[in-house]
Amino acid sequence: MKNWPLWEVFIRSKNGLEHRHCGSLHASDATMALENARDVYTRRMEGVSIWVVPSAQITASNPEDSAELFEPAKDKVYRHPTFYELPDELKHM
Amino acid sequence: MVLENFNASTTYNLQPTTYNLVIMNNNLIQYIYGIADNSLILGQRLGELCGHGPSLETDIALTNISLDLFGQVRSYFQYAAKLQGEDVTEDTIAFLRKEREYKNVLLVEQPNGDFAYSITRQFLFDNFHLLLLNELQNSKDEMLAAIAKKSSKEVSYHVRFSTDWIKRLGDGTEESHNKIQTAINDLWIYTDELFHVTDADQEMITEGIGVDVRLLKEPFYKKIKEVLEEATLETPDMKYFQKGGKQGIHSEHMGFLLAQMQFMQLAYPNMNW
Repeated sequence: MKNWPLWEVFIRSKNGLEHRHCGSLHASDATMALENARDVYTRRMEGVSIWVVPSAQITASNPEDSAELFEPAKDKVYRHPTFYELPDELKHM
Repeated sequence: MVLENFNASTTYNLQPTTYNLVIMNNNLIQYIYGIADNSLILGQRLGELCGHGPSLETDIALTNISLDLFGQVRSYFQYAAKLQGEDVTEDTIAFLRKEREYKNVLLVEQPNGDFAYSITRQFLFDNFHLLLLNELQNSKDEMLAAIAKKSSKEVSYHVRFSTDWIKRLGDGTEESHNKIQTAINDLWIYTDELFHVTDADQEMITEGIGVDVRLLKEPFYKKIKEVLEEATLETPDMKYFQKGGKQGIHSEHMGFLLAQMQFMQLAYPNMNW
């Protein structure tokens, strides 16, 4: 079981909401990954739907590239939509 | 008629109708034990694996199944306790009976062995359990029908879980194939008892309360054979089977299991959370 690949688990907590990453687990195949996800991550009514994805299939950004990828956004506060006059009737913005 | 756990002196002067009612009640209680003790003892066996499963994921899965079974047991025993009144509670039924008073089949008390044994025992019992609960939902006893309806959802998942594992291990490596085949060959001898009918069972079948498990035998073996074939495993051909648990005559493993399960209540009577 040491050789079992790693899977990322995404749970939708209720209909209408998006699937959210909640953790990972080991399983030999997709069916087992789904069952393990059900047993490990939905024991307390956390979800109504599960996705499992082989972790190896995820292409991730390199932490070493953080400076060039993310730091340039730091001083661009004008990209937040906070510079508009909103009518009072408009809620939840 | 054999009346187990039945104190004749309390019924000495009862009118015939009341007497019949007591017998009827006693049969129902025995019938409930016959169903619930399977879940209790298997739940205890799976509980032994808590923290010792082959992987974290499997460990949690087996413990979940154990908790499902204990939940079902609580419903059955709360009902049985109500039927008996006096000082009987779900806990006294679970923890304070003598070995002979437990009516579980021999299959569920068999030791965990390696993972192949645990999962084969589970697979054989789950398939029987689901067939039973599907029928029990039609019981004239509303309480039993309701418990069966609720439990069948849990047990459907148990069937899926253990069946997938049988296929995976049977059709896996040579080693996993051999281990699971050995477990099936060794545990097969306990399958026939699932379909035996005790005196109390027969009374409850006549009343329209109990399930005639003899009718489940054919669908059970058919389903098991299908899965084993898909898993490239051999279905054993056996003519002689072990039985006794339903009459309270258990294998040598049962005493050790009860010693552990009953320890707290015997050492500290009436202890509570």
